[in-house]
Amino acid sequence: MLLGKKRERDVEIPSASLSDIVFLLLIFFLVTTAIDTEKGLDLVLPPPGDIEIKIPKKNITNLLVNASGQVLLDNELVDIRDISRIIKDKIYENNLLVVSLKTDKETKFEDYIRVLDQLKKAEAKRISIAEPEED
Amino acid sequence: MKFQKKTKVNATIPTASMPDIIFMLLIFFMVATVFKQYSGLKVKVPAASMIQKIPGSKRHVVTIWVNKENQVICDDVVIKKISDLRNVVYQKRVADPQIILALKIDKNVQMGFVNKVHQELRKASALKVNYNARPGEL
Repeated sequence: MLLGKKRERDVEIPSASLSDIVFLLLIFFLVTTAIDTEKGLDLVLPPPGDIEIKIPKKNITNLLVNASGQVLLDNELVDIRDISRIIKDKIYENNLLVVSLKTDKETKFEDYIRVLDQLKKAEAKRISIAEPEED
Repeated sequence: MKFQKKTKVNATIPTASMPDIIFMLLIFFMVATVFKQYSGLKVKVPAASMIQKIPGSKRHVVTIWVNKENQVICDDVVIKKISDLRNVVYQKRVADPQIILALKIDKNVQMGFVNKVHQELRKASALKVNYNARPGEL
């Protein structure tokens, strides 16, 4: 007598397309991964030639950085870390403010970047880079 | 009596060639990805907090290294005289007008020399620069 034998059902997840899914993932990561991301502070240099743009004196703030990394902001000695706060206040008062950043010939690049970083922090858009005087 | 027999339509998308398509895609992206890497110079870039990624594709980035001995390399060209930088950058700019210059300048370089680099870049009309920096404290 044949009893109702229970047939074993095939319960398998189809794995034929697994490799394809893996390849898709691979491609996704290939596209999205940026290898060795270069990061830095961006700046736009003035165009060539000596074009003088007249800026009213009240819209200019002078930043002088000397060879030992001291900063003079409108003839007052300030700490580098305070620059962003002061400039932010100044921009808030006058949003046409142009920050003129002048360095000494012997100023270290590191100090220049620190000051520029502060200006970026203060969201200063109008930055003018004055060239160090040649002797 | 003959009933019309409903034929079962085999409704599957043929997947036999899917691996081939995926390989094609893989190869396409492998070819299209830019792995531009120049050896450059050994520099210690300064730290900054407000750093951001260079916008756009790496394709348009020209890297200039300046180390603390004031040696200059632009992508893979050694610049012997600083006044040669103008031509090198200018030619790159002619080939691709939207270049961005990534400046990898050592933190101990003096601003007098950085300014010379600036002037050369201005003369080459390559105005978009990005000072490479590592994330760090203020």
